[in-house]
Amino acid sequence: MTLTIHLFAHARELVGANRVAVDVPPGATVADVRAALAASFPVLASLLANSAIAVNHDFADATSILHENDEIAVIPPVSGG
Amino acid sequence: MFRLTTDAIDYHALTEAVRHPHCGAVALFLGTVRDLTGEEVTVFLDYEAYPPMAEKKLAEIEAEVRRRWPVQEVAMVHRLGRLGVGEVSVAVAVSCPHRAAAFDACRYAIDTLKELVPIWKKENAPDGDSQWIHGEGAK
Repeated sequence: MTLTIHLFAHARELVGANRVAVDVPPGATVADVRAALAASFPVLASLLANSAIAVNHDFADATSILHENDEIAVIPPVSGG
Repeated sequence: MFRLTTDAIDYHALTEAVRHPHCGAVALFLGTVRDLTGEEVTVFLDYEAYPPMAEKKLAEIEAEVRRRWPVQEVAMVHRLGRLGVGEVSVAVAVSCPHRAAAFDACRYAIDTLKELVPIWKKENAPDGDSQWIHGEGAK
């Protein structure tokens, strides 16, 4: 399945796009998507290792299973305030 | 109540919005843009958010503040876009019957906002260089 991954802040600047697509098998987890992102966008790999992944506006752990219409985002270390 | 805005934060209005006859204490925190981080000079900051998730996290913070302390009202506003040195980037106002809870609740709200809310700032130096600040937040 093709998943859309939203990119913010430093992640967006590194890749040069505010969203990208990755192809993963059905039943793929957040960990699988991290690996797919790092493989497709090597420039993102280092930041990705320090970033969270959000699914449908919540922080997700590595084992969360993803679905086609999930809203997925790379969340670099936040620095609000 | 909470809001993301690109407008200058009216912290006087925010303080007035939380004041209440039941409350003997109002605590207000302002985050302001600083000119120096170590030796790095900042001329302006760019703030960016992931709005739907930021609002969800702010709602969760408000709920937790209300669960833990006898809060009458809590208001959090974060500004986005380009801010110059000295400008107010974030305001948190809390009203409680007594001051201990007001101070603690306000502290918790801003500390947790800085840890969990998907907002990012980019520092811009006088020479045109810029860097995204990576906080100690959730990973």
